[in-house]
Amino acid sequence: MSRQRRRRLQLFRAAVFIVMGAFFLIPIGSMFEFSTRGNSLTAPRNLDAWQNIVKTPELADAITASLELAAITTIAMLVLLLPTLVWVRLRFPGLKRVMEFICLIPLTVPAIALVVGMVPIYRWLNINLSDSILTLAFAYLILVLPYAFRALDAGLSAIDLKTLSEAARSLGAGWVTVMLRVVVPNMSTAILNASLLAVALVLGEFTFANLLAYENLQVAINYVGLVDAGTSIAVAVASLVFAFALLMILSFFGRRQAPMAKAEEADFQLSQTVGLSGGLIGRAR
Amino acid sequence: MTTNGSTAERSGVEVRLEDLERRYGTTTALDGLTLTLSPGELVALLGPSGCGKTTALRLLAGLEEADSGRVIIAGKDVTNVPANRRDIGMVFQAYSLFPHMTARQNVEFGLQLHDVDSAERRERAREVLDLVGLAAHANKFAHQMSGGQQQRVALARALAIRPKVLLLDEPLSALDAKVRSRLRDEIRRVQLEVGITTLFVTHDQEEALAIADRVGVMQAGRLEQLGPPTEIYSRPATPFVAEFVGLTNRMQGQVRGGSVEVLGARLPLVDPQVADGPAIALVRPEAVSVTSDGAAQSGPLVGTVIAVAFLGAVSRVTVDLDGTPVLAQMPTSAAADIPAGTRVRLTLRPDPVLIQREEATAVPA
Repeated sequence: MSRQRRRRLQLFRAAVFIVMGAFFLIPIGSMFEFSTRGNSLTAPRNLDAWQNIVKTPELADAITASLELAAITTIAMLVLLLPTLVWVRLRFPGLKRVMEFICLIPLTVPAIALVVGMVPIYRWLNINLSDSILTLAFAYLILVLPYAFRALDAGLSAIDLKTLSEAARSLGAGWVTVMLRVVVPNMSTAILNASLLAVALVLGEFTFANLLAYENLQVAINYVGLVDAGTSIAVAVASLVFAFALLMILSFFGRRQAPMAKAEEADFQLSQTVGLSGGLIGRAR
Repeated sequence: MTTNGSTAERSGVEVRLEDLERRYGTTTALDGLTLTLSPGELVALLGPSGCGKTTALRLLAGLEEADSGRVIIAGKDVTNVPANRRDIGMVFQAYSLFPHMTARQNVEFGLQLHDVDSAERRERAREVLDLVGLAAHANKFAHQMSGGQQQRVALARALAIRPKVLLLDEPLSALDAKVRSRLRDEIRRVQLEVGITTLFVTHDQEEALAIADRVGVMQAGRLEQLGPPTEIYSRPATPFVAEFVGLTNRMQGQVRGGSVEVLGARLPLVDPQVADGPAIALVRPEAVSVTSDGAAQSGPLVGTVIAVAFLGAVSRVTVDLDGTPVLAQMPTSAAADIPAGTRVRLTLRPDPVLIQREEATAVPA
């Protein structure tokens, strides 16, 4: 590559980086600026809105509930989906398309239609089991299925699952050992991707919680926004920063593992997730 | 050798595959395979793709289930024992090292599962890596090693758990020719040192003939012939074996009184109990001699050299004999005197040959 061409490429990269940075940072910066305004145009800047996040019990409860839901949904998704995908690939490869179709169905059904279908189930759950907000994890599990499936499936495609698992089996490993000591370590990037998608989706979810009459983070932001716009914006900024922090962690892990596993595949998965997460976070707002 | 104490303890076990059958839908992969491996023996299963050789190995490994038949290792019926409890070591065709572990960790993986304590694990990992000549690469990850090195670590990993049987599923097919030949010899050396009963699956006849105590040639889920490499090559039991193992000339002839007359020469038959009549004789290139004395310009066994292929110490000469190409193998020094275009006389050595009946009227290939 000629020097001039390399320089032009560098300039192009810098320009894209600046434009994209501005695209993300200007709205967040503006939101932060808004959240530090006082009650009037002449009032001095303060962090009251940010302090209100912890001072408002409903908000703190909603944040806790959303974080718990994110954790439960992510763990349940991994426990349910990962062994199933591995099992289908190894023992019933003919069912792969069926599995993909089932996992992608939630993507094609509008959230409102899903909720309407779930109302009777949740009515029964509230009466017979529990009315805890954590029961929302069932619904969220369905919601995250398509995204998690895509991320995990890409991870499984990147390794020679059949040979690795058979090698481990021949050395004396049972299926649990194969999963925990061979499969999981070799697709940690994909698992991180799927987990991040699940967390981003749950933290940004509004429709399900609102229509099923639960108060999660987004519903709480909506309520708080009606009486105190500054605090609701502060929470929105905080949740965005939290999501970005998760992305940075993922990026860090992805880069660290790239040379150990297959660098190109790890980068591909990462770019896929970053793109997808950006869209989700945008939609959640 | 480095496995000192352990080697003496092990002398291999007998392995028996009894009447194994395996079907995939309407396709029969194994059709009543029966095979016995003597203790410490290396048997190579050889055959074209889809002949059932890998299926046989996977059934022995426990990675697939047989529709019927039995697998017996050291006198114990393990037909229904899962793969992880069969006490076998396996090297795969694809690179199978765990990418997140170093060579040493890969080797120690199986030992951990067998509850070997940490100090002994390290010692045994060092021993087997030393055995395959990779002690200096113990801390490398798979992506830092060449294909040949990865397969050697895989062999070390399989041997580390001191299995009763070693299974090699085309472990050399992903390697280039030079590495393949070196590693092939290395596998044989290690197998002899350890004395482990070994089943080696390959589609490469050279590989099978070079390292096996006995070679089993398979076709369509059946064992066509099982015997020492020299027997497989020089006394093939069926036309398929004759054509699959080594090169063969198909020459039209006439069976009469327990021998076959080909191009004026009378050759004994492997199976003399065949009826008289036309047949195709399968003649090895090395049984065909080529002479060029300048006088032989015509006659039933005179033809024209159309190609000379240099193979190192020997050369393969193709002679056009009245429109039929005949392969002959001879020392390269002699082949240098008969370039393409030379008129030569062929002589057939009276080695026992097989005949093929069903295509007797067809034009020889």
